[in-house]
Amino acid sequence: MTYIIQGTRDDFEVVIGLEVHAQVTSKAKLFSGAATAFGAEPNTQVSLVDAAMPGMLPTINAECIRQGVRTGLALGAEINKFSVFDRKNYFYADLPQGYQISQFKHPIVGEGTITINKKDGTSKDIDVERIHLEQDAGKSMHDQHPQMTYVDLNRSGVALMEIVSKPDMASPEEAGLYVGKLRTILRYIGSCDGNMEQGSMRADVNVSVRRAGEPLGTRCEIKNVNSIRFVRQAIEIEARRQVDIIEDGGHIDQETRLFDPVKGETRSMRSKEEAHDYRYFPDPDLLPVEFDDDFIAAARESLPELPDAKHHRFVSDFGISDYNAGVLVAEKESSDFFEELIAALVDASGKKASAVAAKAANWVMGDLFGALNKAGKTLSDCPVSPAQGAELLGLIEDGTISGRTAKDVFEIMFETGDSAEKIVEEKGLKQVSDTGAIEKIIDDLLVANPAQVQQYRDGKVKMIGFFVGQVMKATGGQANPAIVNQLLKPKLDG
Amino acid sequence: MSDIDKATVAKIARLSRIKIEEDRLEGLAGELSNIMGWIEQLNEVDTDNITPMASPVDTKLRWRADEVSDGDKRDAVLINAPQGEYGFFAVPKVIE
Repeated sequence: MTYIIQGTRDDFEVVIGLEVHAQVTSKAKLFSGAATAFGAEPNTQVSLVDAAMPGMLPTINAECIRQGVRTGLALGAEINKFSVFDRKNYFYADLPQGYQISQFKHPIVGEGTITINKKDGTSKDIDVERIHLEQDAGKSMHDQHPQMTYVDLNRSGVALMEIVSKPDMASPEEAGLYVGKLRTILRYIGSCDGNMEQGSMRADVNVSVRRAGEPLGTRCEIKNVNSIRFVRQAIEIEARRQVDIIEDGGHIDQETRLFDPVKGETRSMRSKEEAHDYRYFPDPDLLPVEFDDDFIAAARESLPELPDAKHHRFVSDFGISDYNAGVLVAEKESSDFFEELIAALVDASGKKASAVAAKAANWVMGDLFGALNKAGKTLSDCPVSPAQGAELLGLIEDGTISGRTAKDVFEIMFETGDSAEKIVEEKGLKQVSDTGAIEKIIDDLLVANPAQVQQYRDGKVKMIGFFVGQVMKATGGQANPAIVNQLLKPKLDG
Repeated sequence: MSDIDKATVAKIARLSRIKIEEDRLEGLAGELSNIMGWIEQLNEVDTDNITPMASPVDTKLRWRADEVSDGDKRDAVLINAPQGEYGFFAVPKVIE
């Protein structure tokens, strides 16, 4: 379905391109040996290179090159064996060099693709234009002192990948899905931790609008949007603003804007306007980055199974639904948990993965995720391990407990961390599958309730429900319902 | 192309945060135009199909291992700052 913004006279389409800045997972910075860890005391992770002291020479971190190449390969992108670092010149208090070392003309990664899966079941390929490596700037804090801005250079020089999409997205939903999918891929391959709250991933959002069929409109760039929800909101609000201006007979100025989620508006960042004259030139301190096919092959070899491949495998090998597979692969933690669970369950039950996976998926997404949500926990601090989960599901599979009892057992497991078998044993929750014992109870019931037996035999077959209920009552709810039904009917029928 | 006018000098000065008095702009525009004209003589050389040279020395970029080997020298980093407070650089307020 096409996303349309209705003006007072015309319908408008929105065109969106994204520049995502993703912090490269590395111990040290892109061009210095200072640490990158989050949350250190201000200016304690700064070398003289990062502080731009005169005479300091940048030297490149090999791991950052490798992670850039791995990311390109994960997006099916062209890898450039020759790339060049340039200086992007602008003046700002948290940029001590007065320029950012970035890649302009010759980026390390060329064109690739990210496939998004939309809510309506369709998928769409979003093209990636390029990925280049660059330095992060320092951090300015404006609210600590009435007249001063405080600057912390700990982030200064940390390696970023700027992943630039083509203007291929046509709705806030598509843009949100693109960022989500990119984040999933980066987290799978470990080239970025994807932690948007800590600023490890943030997006510059380019938005323009046009009447259907018209050429591209003038775009505005919304800087530093730091959550998927804000990406969606910023696009909605900015597109509406542009439509209103156009319909009022005005025109859109190409400019940099800031999204304010509290006020629900975007506003112009005037200070950035003249900074667009970046005066790029090749950094004379750095030679071109060059590597060979073996380096690329080794990077490719190091990639794990990617989310799309895993998604397909979950559907084809495990037989779980497309939707469930999508949810489970979205986070690496979930898909790892699920795979360990299935492996343990196959081991314990002797059944094939495809025979147990659908129920296991429902249990993970229903009972387990529900309990985690309620407790405010995530899989990383989940009190129930995949092996313990498999033990519980195994007890349902072999008929030891009913699905209903399993829910109670799981609640206790989640609270205490005890094993399912221990809880079932201690609480006496084993389902009675002993046909002899159940048969005896049924016989007694038939003798004790002759009127109801007669009603059944007179054609009121619903009375079977009464007898099932009585058997369950007599066994404290632990009779195996399948066996009760199987034994009861022939006896009632006489 | 090689003509640099007063407005261009003022703009470059502003981008570089260099303070230049109004009465010096004219002279600088002339000097910079001369320099640009001199550099533009290089355009007379045919450089089609010639790979730009990254360095006069035949050497490759040296790659460094991903190890933390620097940092933890806040005093040295801040020593030249006009003002430092609580371990931060303190600068006149810049706000969007």
